[in-house]
Amino acid sequence: MAKVKTITQKEAAGLFKDGMTIMIGGFMVNGTAERLVEAIVESGAKDLTIICNDAGFPNRGTGRLLETRQAKKLIASHVGLNKTCGEQYSAGELDLVLTPQGTLAEQIRSGGAGLGGVLTPTGIGTTVADGKQIVEVDGKEYLLEKPLKADIALIKAYQVDEAGNVRYKGSTRNFNNMMATAADIVIVEADQHVEAGAIGPDFVETPGIYVDYILEGGAN
Amino acid sequence: MEDKKSFIAARVAKELKDGDVVNLGIGLPTLVPQFLDPSISITLQSENGFVGLKAKADSEEDAPYIVNAGGAPAGVEATGAFFSSADSFTIIRGGHVDATVLGSLQVDEKGNIANWIIPGKMVPGMGGAMDLVVGAKKVIVAMEHTNKGKHKILKECTLPLTAKGQVNMIVTEMGVMDVTPEGLVLTEYNPEFTVEQIQEATEAKLIIADDLKEMAV
Repeated sequence: MAKVKTITQKEAAGLFKDGMTIMIGGFMVNGTAERLVEAIVESGAKDLTIICNDAGFPNRGTGRLLETRQAKKLIASHVGLNKTCGEQYSAGELDLVLTPQGTLAEQIRSGGAGLGGVLTPTGIGTTVADGKQIVEVDGKEYLLEKPLKADIALIKAYQVDEAGNVRYKGSTRNFNNMMATAADIVIVEADQHVEAGAIGPDFVETPGIYVDYILEGGAN
Repeated sequence: MEDKKSFIAARVAKELKDGDVVNLGIGLPTLVPQFLDPSISITLQSENGFVGLKAKADSEEDAPYIVNAGGAPAGVEATGAFFSSADSFTIIRGGHVDATVLGSLQVDEKGNIANWIIPGKMVPGMGGAMDLVVGAKKVIVAMEHTNKGKHKILKECTLPLTAKGQVNMIVTEMGVMDVTPEGLVLTEYNPEFTVEQIQEATEAKLIIADDLKEMAV
C-alpha cells in the first residue's frame, strides 16, 4: 500500500471512468462525501454502477448522479425520497436492485473481508430470494448473498489525519466503515484535516491503510 | 385522523416494557414514546446506526451529524452509542431488538406482512424493514384498520411480501389482534365499534378471544 496522497477535486475527477462501480457512503446524504460526488459529475464518467444505501434526495447525494444520468445501475435499500429514481426506473432508464439494508451492509463487509458472501434469513419467502441459493443450516433456511466490491469508494469522515486514519461523528458512519474496505481505490473527504497521529489509535475507526487519497479542503 | 393515530400509538405504548430496545418505523409509530407510562424507559434504536435516539437535535453543532431513519435531524441520549450499518443490523437481525413497531400496506392471518412495494405504482424499497421484521423479538403492526374502507387485514397478502410469518400483533383503531397458529385472535375491541363491524372491516376470519376486553389506552 502506497502512501496516502492529498488531491484536489479536479484530480479526483480524473479517477472516475466510464462503466465503473462506485460505492458512496451515507444515509439520506448524512455521511455522504458530496464534494466527491461533485467530482464524479465533473468527470462526466457515464454508465456507472452506484452502490449506496439510498437514492438520496432529488439532485443531492446519489440523486445528483441520477439527475445527470451518469448512473446506469443503482444498488440500494431505499429510493422512496427521490422521485427521479422512481421515474427513471419506471421508464426503464435505470437498472435498480433493491436490497434489504442489513443485507447490503453485509454484502459490502464480506466484499472487503475476503468472504464468499453471507447467509441471512432476511428475504426468505419474498421476491428478494428469487434466483438466489437457499442454504439450510441446522434446520433453518438462509439466503446466500454474495459479496459486493467496487472500483472506487467515497468515504465521508469527520476527521482524517495525514496517514489517512478516519474518525467519524454521529450517525455519519453508516456504510462508510464497510465501503472503505471493499474498493480498489478509497477516497476520503473530511470536515477536518489533522496531523498524522492526532486522532490516536484508540479513536480511529477506518485505519489509514485502507485509504488511497484524501480530498483537499474541509467543511465550509 | 390525528386522534385515530394517537389512539393506536397509545395502545401500542402499553406493549413496551421497561428497558426494552425498540425500533420504530416512520409515521404513526414515532408517536408511541409520548404515550409511555412515566415509570417506563425504553431505548430507541435507529437503523442508520445508533441507540439512544432522541426526537430533537441537542445542539446546532451536532445537527448535521445526527439524523433519524427518515433522514431528518435528531439527537442522541448521553447513554447512547453510534455504530456502522453492519453493527446496526447485527442488533436488528441478531435478535437484540425487543420490539419493532411499523405500519403496513397489508397483513394476513398467517402473520405475513407486505409494506415495501406496490408494483407499477410505488417502489420505495424495503430499507431496513425486511431485516427488522425477521430479527426483532416482537413485531407489532400499528396501522389504520382499513385503507379508506378497503381491507388491509387479509386472508392472504396480495402484494409482494416483506417477510413470511413474522408479525406477532396488530393494533388498529378498531382493536388488537394476536397472530396465532390458528389465525387472528381479536383480544381487545374499541367499544366505538361492534365485533361485527370489526369483522366486516377485516377480510381474515377473526377468532374472538374468550376473555375479549375493551381496548384500553
